[in-house]
Amino acid sequence: MSSLTHKIPSYFKVKIDQDLCKKCKRCTTHCSYGVLSFNGEKIVSDDDKCVACNRCVAMCPGKAIRIIENDSYLPPHGNYTRRIRNIIWRQSGDGGVLLSATGNDRPIRVIFDDLLLDACQVTNPSIDPLRETIETKIFFGRKPQKLEFNYNIETPDDISLKTDFSPNFEIDMPIMIGHMSLGSISYNAVMAIYQAVKELNILAGSGEGGLHKDFYEYGPNIITEIASGRFGVDINYLQNAAGIEIKIGQGAKPGHGGHLPGEKVNSLISQTRMIPKGSDALSPYPHHDIYSIEDLAQLIAALKEATRYKVPIGVKIAAVHNSAPIAVGIARGGADFISIDGFRGGTGAAPRIIRDHAGIPIELAIAAVDERLRQENLRDQITLVAGGSVRYSADLIKAIALGADVCMVGMPVLIAMGCRVCQQCFRGLCSWGIATQQEYLVRRLDIDVARNRIINLFHSWNEELKEVLGAMGIDSVESLRSNRDRLRYIGPNPRIAEILGVKHAGE
Amino acid sequence: MSNNNKIEINAISDENPLDYKTLNEVIHRALSQGKTKIVLNNVCGQRFIGASLQGNIELIINGLPGNDLGIFMDGPRIVVNGNCEDQAGNTMNDGTIIIHGDCGDVIGLSARGGKIYVKKDVGYRVGIHIKEYEHKHPVLIIGGTAKDFLGEYMAGGIIIVLGLKINDDGSVEESNHPICGNELGTGIHRGKILLRTDENLEENLGIGAKLFEITESELKQIDPLLDEYCDAFSIPRELIDRKPFKVVKPISKRPFGGNYCGQIV
Repeated sequence: MSSLTHKIPSYFKVKIDQDLCKKCKRCTTHCSYGVLSFNGEKIVSDDDKCVACNRCVAMCPGKAIRIIENDSYLPPHGNYTRRIRNIIWRQSGDGGVLLSATGNDRPIRVIFDDLLLDACQVTNPSIDPLRETIETKIFFGRKPQKLEFNYNIETPDDISLKTDFSPNFEIDMPIMIGHMSLGSISYNAVMAIYQAVKELNILAGSGEGGLHKDFYEYGPNIITEIASGRFGVDINYLQNAAGIEIKIGQGAKPGHGGHLPGEKVNSLISQTRMIPKGSDALSPYPHHDIYSIEDLAQLIAALKEATRYKVPIGVKIAAVHNSAPIAVGIARGGADFISIDGFRGGTGAAPRIIRDHAGIPIELAIAAVDERLRQENLRDQITLVAGGSVRYSADLIKAIALGADVCMVGMPVLIAMGCRVCQQCFRGLCSWGIATQQEYLVRRLDIDVARNRIINLFHSWNEELKEVLGAMGIDSVESLRSNRDRLRYIGPNPRIAEILGVKHAGE
Repeated sequence: MSNNNKIEINAISDENPLDYKTLNEVIHRALSQGKTKIVLNNVCGQRFIGASLQGNIELIINGLPGNDLGIFMDGPRIVVNGNCEDQAGNTMNDGTIIIHGDCGDVIGLSARGGKIYVKKDVGYRVGIHIKEYEHKHPVLIIGGTAKDFLGEYMAGGIIIVLGLKINDDGSVEESNHPICGNELGTGIHRGKILLRTDENLEENLGIGAKLFEITESELKQIDPLLDEYCDAFSIPRELIDRKPFKVVKPISKRPFGGNYCGQIV
């Protein structure tokens, strides 16, 4: 009786139009959550298990399936929303820390949406991006503050460069696909991402999952990640990358480690992470060799030594209250790039309490870090990478105008590959073959199709970036960076505009 | 090994220690000239010595190497004639580090393979998150005693603490320090920690760790390692056998599996 009275009402209902249903049972094999089955007469659904991933809807040849919200059950309450009640029911049943995936799904106002872009009229004429060159490439790595030359007035022809250069490389768009490890997503998904970034000459992050041998050839477009578990970190991992990032924090779970459950550690994951099959892969919360900026500087220096000063070394932090002084410490600690991940950033698995409530919006973090680095005379030396829900090109453009050099993008890439944002990545049952390691599901993701969709997506973002740059009369994305005068604020809170260093619309 | 392959490097120049970058550059240059045995004299706190070196080479360090000795190392053998600072063998893949002295904290952090033998005592969080993989089983043997958080998050390999006081004149006695501190093996989910003691260590155990008596097969497993250790420091083997070993092992390969639950929201 008690299990019945405490049954959580289902979120969704699967409506099967029995007139249209051909009883081919295709939906029952495609549903990886065990919702649909054939009872000998017709297809029936166990709605409690449905996550609205829409795989059955897409696969039904008769278009007989519809998933609708179960809106008939709960008495409405503006404060104890369905979501809050659901959390309480679940926790009082299981007594555990609730897991979640993707990014923060609370309806918190998005600052990007309150920003408007400037455009040229009459003076400073706009540029036609279809006819004129607009540069969207970026040089990634530490830049010298100034150039010094060996020069003698007696021998004016004999001039040489004195300044030492740090390693830099060139990418064609200010875009990096954020760190998603093999483990959090499937082999096919990772392969599609790496092939796409190679084709586009942009970057992708390896995540803390090691680098499978098959991916070595994409190394020139991959930033590998050193996280607290040091999984898969060996000499090949360090020396086959365009750059190396020390992961301190992640926007979806600031201050939290990682936990890949043992059942996901199959032989592929085992080989790549270099851990035994079936064991949990625990990434400790902190790095145990980093308790201070001095310690961080030490690991940066160690990585530079280990790679013989050939690639940029950076540090990723989650956007938290004191990001700006931390970023200054990172820059002074010798990092060539800094990545900041906002509170809406994605994850394959994080405690819901942290995903939904920790960190700050990336817009504010970019502005604060950019401003502080500038005050400390460090801004132009550092490549600033920002992410944490850059959803479409508008967010990309606004993030750059606020002060980012490059944007990390994660969810849009998954959505491009077929993700329906059901937020169940941590269960490893992804019916679209993205966030799963089960062979029969992974096969569903066609690498070529996924790769082309990612290429198309970023091609269109880049074209839109050029359209906006042209309209602003700017011929290079580097001139948009930190150009906050080209933004105006229309939101309800002028204090936000102040922190962003952006004027109100009309000013 | 012929003398042609050997080179001596002075880590001090004009009474000033070389900075780590210069010293490592000199080492790399020597290696590129085909040297396989490098003796570093007057080492004085330089960090990252041996970082990411590969192959069948030997570094003899006379002096005090700084933090991250042999970080990311994959194969070489390092002998330190003296004490050593923190994080020796950090994320080591393969190789051997032999330290004729005391060691600081976090020795062997995240090492995946290789051996680290320490003659005397070590600090906190030693052997944290060492892990095994296929044929790789990192081994960490400490002649003296360890502090808190020994073998934290351990994911494979073997840590042995002997609880001896090995003096520089070669004499050996039982150490009068506690063999280890608190939070012993906390979060361990693979591998084992062997402590040569007859003390009851139940109170010292961390979360997910459990004490066992040593088995015959475990004794057999560590036998060649102990022989090698005694050889490295020229100490008599009989002494070690005078006290029994206690073994710390994980209660589960998934110590925190039950902490979480999912939901559809």
